[in-house]
Amino acid sequence: MSAIAICAAAGSAAVLLPGTAKTQPQGLQVSEFKLANGLEVVVIPDRRTPVVTHMVWYRIGSADETPGKSGLAHFLEHLMFKGTEKNPAGRFSTVVATIGGQENAFTSQDYTAYFQRVTKENLEQVMTFEADRMTGLRLTDEVVLPEREVVIEERRTRTDNDPAAQLAEALSAALYVNHPYGRPIIGWMHEIRQLSRENALDFYKRFYTPNNAVLILAGDIDDKEARELAEKIYGKVPRVAEVAPRARPVEPEPRAHRRMSLTDQRVQQPSMSRYYLVPSYRTATGNEAEALEILSHVLGGGQTSRLYSALVVEKGVAANAGSWYQGTALDATRFGVYASPRPGTTLEALEAALDEVIEQVAKNGVEAEEVERVKTRIIASTIFSQDNQTTLARIYGAALTTGLTAASVKEWPAKIRSVTPAEVQAAAKNWLDLRRAVTGYLLRPQQASPEKRT
Amino acid sequence: MPLRRAAPRHSFLKGIAMALALFTASSAADAQVGKIERLKTPAGIEVWFVRDDTLPILSINFAFDGGASQDPADRAGLAYMTAAMLDEGAGELNAKAFQERLERRAISLSYNADRDTFRGTVRVLSEHRDEAFELLRLSLNTPRFEQEAIDRIRASILAAYRRSLTNPDEVAGLRWFAQAFPNHPYGRSVKGDEKSISGVERSMLFDYAKKNLARSNLKIAVVGSIESAELARLIDHAFAKLPAKADLAEIPEVKPQSLGRREVVDLNIPQTTITFGGIGLKRKDPDFMPAFVLNHVLGGGSFSSRLYREVREKRGLAYSVYSYLATLDHSGMFMGGTSTRNDRAAEALQIIEQEIVRIAKDGPTAEELAQAKSYLTGSYLLHFDTSAKVASQLLEIQLQELGIDYFERRNKMVNAVTAEDVRRAAKRFLADSKLLVIMVGRPAPLSKSNGG
Repeated sequence: MSAIAICAAAGSAAVLLPGTAKTQPQGLQVSEFKLANGLEVVVIPDRRTPVVTHMVWYRIGSADETPGKSGLAHFLEHLMFKGTEKNPAGRFSTVVATIGGQENAFTSQDYTAYFQRVTKENLEQVMTFEADRMTGLRLTDEVVLPEREVVIEERRTRTDNDPAAQLAEALSAALYVNHPYGRPIIGWMHEIRQLSRENALDFYKRFYTPNNAVLILAGDIDDKEARELAEKIYGKVPRVAEVAPRARPVEPEPRAHRRMSLTDQRVQQPSMSRYYLVPSYRTATGNEAEALEILSHVLGGGQTSRLYSALVVEKGVAANAGSWYQGTALDATRFGVYASPRPGTTLEALEAALDEVIEQVAKNGVEAEEVERVKTRIIASTIFSQDNQTTLARIYGAALTTGLTAASVKEWPAKIRSVTPAEVQAAAKNWLDLRRAVTGYLLRPQQASPEKRT
Repeated sequence: MPLRRAAPRHSFLKGIAMALALFTASSAADAQVGKIERLKTPAGIEVWFVRDDTLPILSINFAFDGGASQDPADRAGLAYMTAAMLDEGAGELNAKAFQERLERRAISLSYNADRDTFRGTVRVLSEHRDEAFELLRLSLNTPRFEQEAIDRIRASILAAYRRSLTNPDEVAGLRWFAQAFPNHPYGRSVKGDEKSISGVERSMLFDYAKKNLARSNLKIAVVGSIESAELARLIDHAFAKLPAKADLAEIPEVKPQSLGRREVVDLNIPQTTITFGGIGLKRKDPDFMPAFVLNHVLGGGSFSSRLYREVREKRGLAYSVYSYLATLDHSGMFMGGTSTRNDRAAEALQIIEQEIVRIAKDGPTAEELAQAKSYLTGSYLLHFDTSAKVASQLLEIQLQELGIDYFERRNKMVNAVTAEDVRRAAKRFLADSKLLVIMVGRPAPLSKSNGG
């Protein structure tokens, strides 16, 4: 249960996969409609096997929490498995296990989602359970308190065991001086410890309502069947709250480059990483976001990228180097660059080499041929994504809960195609500016650097 | 709502039939109906193939028997490094040129090695198949293994190795295998260590490739949009020139050792990561399926296993707790793990051991057994809903030598498992419940009662 969301793990492989941000398969017959209670529905047919992926996405994530209650969105996600008035704790999961379904849930900064993957004849049954817990959750301290311990262990596993994860958490906290993206999705330990049953139920009642959710049905189902089932099952769920616009505090224009270092006895391989504050697909204008997407590949997406060629191949100062862009976000988001030195190279020298590559791109631009190669890869990834109904469901769910539309997902390959090398250069020039960045070093104790002593 | 039983059995069979005749229900009017075809190429190479024209893509999964178990004793990680080197330049193309050719056609080509196999995967748009098979051919038959690339890949593997030294799961896993299989290839790290990787020389890469990449130990699975005659031609183009026979070292059968031992590896973290394991059953053992069902009840992959309930739900001791049957070509293991706060690690381990003893003694309840069988049969189809997954299943079934009709038989085998079968299997692998336990972290001192 409760993997923290795809985009939660900063700099992880999930963020680096080309095309995972949003991809639009060609020839897909995606349809959309809305129920009277406000629930939005997206249907993505894939009739090859009698399997359906059923997902409910709520437009609510860690950035919607009240300050001081970090981790609440994710804690509630865990508690959603603890039963309702009609279906006591364990019944839903027992049924899913009995019919041979797969289930899970995940929380990000902007959304919380629940899913089951089942054979077609079992779809109606899991939809009925999911609709029931949209408004019927019942919680007792008997189940809430042990689950809080589970979340505390989850935090230790994900973050506290791992110095690199701690540095990533600190980098985000420093990058955002005003916006709640600076809080970790799982929450700060001292605040998780204080989360209560009442906190969870208050949050639930405020945000879990059909008019704040998106239902995705992907797989062996067509628009007509989906309409009938959605109407019959989710149509009955009452609209229990009105939802205010998601206006989070906006970041001021950043002016100062921030630096930090984390020194830990456990570190055996030093590394550096940097986050820049950049527009997301939702906040960008024109082709800005698509240009940033392409820039992340040209600069650091794989072996032919600028960073890899310069730092790993030509200069031989790095063991690895790359970059990523988390475009799928409601508000201003992150563009990351990272590198690990080979023995004998200091992080300062590595950082200087990395800066040189970025400056070159900003100053001299990129080759048309590089941009074409990247476009080919991104557009092909949209075709490969059609092979997997769950991937498609996630693409649409993430888009619709971060301020985008199904139409924008569909137009994405065309927009990618239209990006010019000049726009990629402009993205580097405008956004990869040190004043917008925080840079972090992960160090072993003996490798003292100036920051370490502060 | 009332608890409903799983759908009647015939619909599962229908489901499997549909997995077999993959994509019969395709909405694309002109889609070719796929079934598993055992293709023999003109050069005599066997390919398991499912044609599916729904999407213009091809998934190719292949494997050579051998893998890391073929590494020389002092060169652990050689297979893994060879895998990382095959796409670093081949034929007339240096590493950069090779990678650019892949990228221009959005071809994904990757190699990997595990304990028993050396594997490759290709994903390509059907229109670029010729280029994909040409690059595949070059990488398999004429890798360059240039010194520049060797040094670069070595640095990257060593950096990953140093990072893994702070990853409690990796530390625990490596230590478990080292203690369970001393003086056996399975005891060595697949990725190698500082010393073994530092000593890899260019000639060793050529030597590994020459001995291991051959037609006699090759299995291939393909799913996607292509005519079978053309696929046969392309398969021969890439693989027919490989040596006919692999030159593999004999790997002895082995059982996990050091059972009953408990070892703490000190790492300054707030949790203790526990990896445990003991004797399991091999994949071809007649009792494997009953053991598999039994393990599902104990610690398998749903939110209803006994370990999940006792360790996570009731006590909140861990985020993740699980057990599984690990099958290697020359050994079978029963394994599992969890991560829990240091001060309660002993308690978590004690609960896990109690649950193992309890299920070994009494078996699952009739209801648990029925539910496990229902889950395992019902979820089987979920492994076949993408062409990449189907290709991977087709390859696994070949590697495990389960037979091309395994898809049809598998759910029947699960359904045929009786309480008696499970009890018999439990006796064979859980009864004495002797485990080798590795604990990474700073666990509070263990109580005396945990004799192991």
